[in-house]
Amino acid sequence: MSAKTILKIQNLDISFRTNAGVIHAIRGVDLDLQKGETVAIVGESGSGKSVTMKAVVGLLDSNATINSGEILYTFEDESGNDQTIDLLRISRKQLRQTINGQHIAMVFQDPMTSLDPTMPIGKQIMEGILMHRNLSRAEARARALELLHLVGITDAEKRFRNYPHQLSGGMRQRVVIAIALSADPDILICDEPTTALDVTIQARILELIKDIQEKMKLSVIYITHDLGVVAKVADYVDVMYAGKIVEVGNVNEIFYDPRHPYTWGLLSAMPDMETDDDRLYSIPGSPPNLLHEPVGDAFADRNPFALAIDKKAMPPLFKISETHYAATWLLHPDAPKIEMPESLRLRLERARKEVEKLHE
Amino acid sequence: MSEALLQVENLTQHFPISRSYTVRAVNGVSFQIYPGETYGLVGESGSGKTTIGRSIIRLYNPTSGTVRFQGKVISGKLDGETREMLRADMQMIFQDPMASLNPRKKVEDIIGEGLDIHHRVSSRQERTQLVGELLQKVGLSPEHAARYPHQFSGGQRQRVGIARALIMNPKLIIADECISALDVSIQAQVVNLMKDIQDETHCAYLFIAHDLSMVKYISDRIGVLHLGYLVEAGTKEEIFSNPVHPYTKSLLSAIPFPNPEMEKRRHPISYNYATSGIDYSLGTEHLVGGSHTVLATDEEFRSWTS
Ligand SMILES: Nc1ncnc2c1ncn2[C@@H]1O[C@H](COP(=O)(O)OP(=O)(O)OP(=O)(O)O)[C@@H](O)[C@H]1O
Ligand SMILES: Nc1ncnc2c1ncn2[C@@H]1O[C@H](COP(=O)(O)OP(=O)(O)OP(=O)(O)O)[C@@H](O)[C@H]1O
Ligand SMILES: [Mg+2]
Ligand SMILES: [Mg+2]
Repeated sequence: MSAKTILKIQNLDISFRTNAGVIHAIRGVDLDLQKGETVAIVGESGSGKSVTMKAVVGLLDSNATINSGEILYTFEDESGNDQTIDLLRISRKQLRQTINGQHIAMVFQDPMTSLDPTMPIGKQIMEGILMHRNLSRAEARARALELLHLVGITDAEKRFRNYPHQLSGGMRQRVVIAIALSADPDILICDEPTTALDVTIQARILELIKDIQEKMKLSVIYITHDLGVVAKVADYVDVMYAGKIVEVGNVNEIFYDPRHPYTWGLLSAMPDMETDDDRLYSIPGSPPNLLHEPVGDAFADRNPFALAIDKKAMPPLFKISETHYAATWLLHPDAPKIEMPESLRLRLERARKEVEKLHE
Repeated sequence: MSEALLQVENLTQHFPISRSYTVRAVNGVSFQIYPGETYGLVGESGSGKTTIGRSIIRLYNPTSGTVRFQGKVISGKLDGETREMLRADMQMIFQDPMASLNPRKKVEDIIGEGLDIHHRVSSRQERTQLVGELLQKVGLSPEHAARYPHQFSGGQRQRVGIARALIMNPKLIIADECISALDVSIQAQVVNLMKDIQDETHCAYLFIAHDLSMVKYISDRIGVLHLGYLVEAGTKEEIFSNPVHPYTKSLLSAIPFPNPEMEKRRHPISYNYATSGIDYSLGTEHLVGGSHTVLATDEEFRSWTS
């Protein structure tokens, strides 16, 4: 394969100290991102998606400890040669100065936390531009206006002097996206970038990022709960549960041929436009409390298909194809043959039929 | 039909930014919500959804228009009694959880605060118990009570906001994007919970969200907002099976589905107000049929429905 790995996370393990004890939030995460491609991370709320990506940009909370792992980042230096560094082995200050924004930009989940409430938004975007590029103030202003326009904010001139609280939730989210794009990053990490956006503006933002991706070879990581968005943008999907990646595959493998029972549950819980059942399906039980280290498969208690071994040993990643892996004992050659739930199978069949209709 | 719980008439909310620039966030919006009903409010980002919620619960003073809640006018000057009624019977779940939760307070005090203010519990123990139960209902655990907001993931924080609103047993809950940061399974759990609570207490929801499949699932009636105007309203069947307004049509065509092969090919219907020749301020409410209404001039109405 000619694709070049630009980001490689290996065996990342992170815990947090709290009053109640130590929370083992990230328990050995591996993740690859190829240049120019899009990876989506989906999974349980609290499973560690944001923490993993905060580790990449060096912005973990102060009560975090990195127990092990490496985050290898490959970039082109000034003379055009590939350099690889371990982001966990360079100082925070170095990381912030050279990596953050410049090469890797992150859009955080809660837009208010990354905006300064006391500064007009235009100025905040300009500051980002001036920090990374050698431009005059007038040029930076023009660029900032252009970015606001690109993310679909009308009346950009007038909005320039608005403070964050004077914008709607979705406008704030778009300002944060504009700031991230202002630095011309080569990796863009978007944590729930479109949760506050209606579907038309969402489509526009996703198109915008796709455009930049094609022009600049930008690599993108999306964290999102919106499986429709994942279907639209992702090349590869990583499914996270309780601090681990439990299934990874290309987007078609995950949507048409999911193998992990958690992925089955996730896909089943999504209402489609036809759902009119009295209750929505939700995965029974609650996620393990990571104050206490789970034994065996962390999903076992909620898994109707759990095997005896699930309670004893953690399943390794089993290979399904060159690109598709899942960590469930159901894939062990000696495991009984268990199919996904009937209702999900029917739904996936419907989805495949729709596609066939399209090809006719 | 029973008396409306909430009656919004001609609500207008403008924000003067400078002498020459005023944001016209909400322009003459009217709708009603009945007890036990869920009213879904959808629309473009910046179209005024949050502002409507904040004006109703009186975080803003409405520029003009009348809002009645349980028969009382709550859009003008509030007397002590009305203010108290408003604070106890109406709750809002905020869009930006981080900005709406006091970072220096533990979660148990954030959720329990309303109980204290309105003297709903007689002992600390009872409070701890209630808070613990609610945490569990929203899919967190009582052990989370001692943590601070920043020690949570985005979706966990959103659920703290939900628990804080639900614990008061209000008559109306304004839920502003309250499930958008949750994974679909927990979304389902929270939506089921909201329905259960509605069955139990007959409360009503003003449900603001951009996830249209969820809005369709949970709402009885839906209002579509664009640029501060309510451009279309009706039951969910009316809106989804027979959208009339071009904005509604473009919105419904842009819903992404979890089907990658389809998604990568889809081209939503585009709609650009600036070039459409439509002027919302000239439109009036036209009846499409049933309870289905659309904002249009007579001429627009004729061409959209023929
Ligand atoms: N500063 C902190 N102190 C203690 N625990 C933390 C801290 N930050 C995160 N956690 C915990 O780490 C786990 C992973 O959090 P993370 O924010 O990565 O979740 P997430 O997958 O992004 O979830 P969501 O989809 O809800 O945003 C959660 O259980 C969370 O409570
Ligand atoms: N306090 C304020 N001061 C000035 N302008 C405001 C204020 N609050 C809201 N606005 C403006 O009012 C308009 C409507 O904002 P609102 O937050 O109601 O939108 P929304 O429909 O909730 O959008 P989103 O889906 O993005 O959250 C926007 O143009 C916004 O900039
Ligand atoms: Mg997160
Ligand atoms: Mg809003």
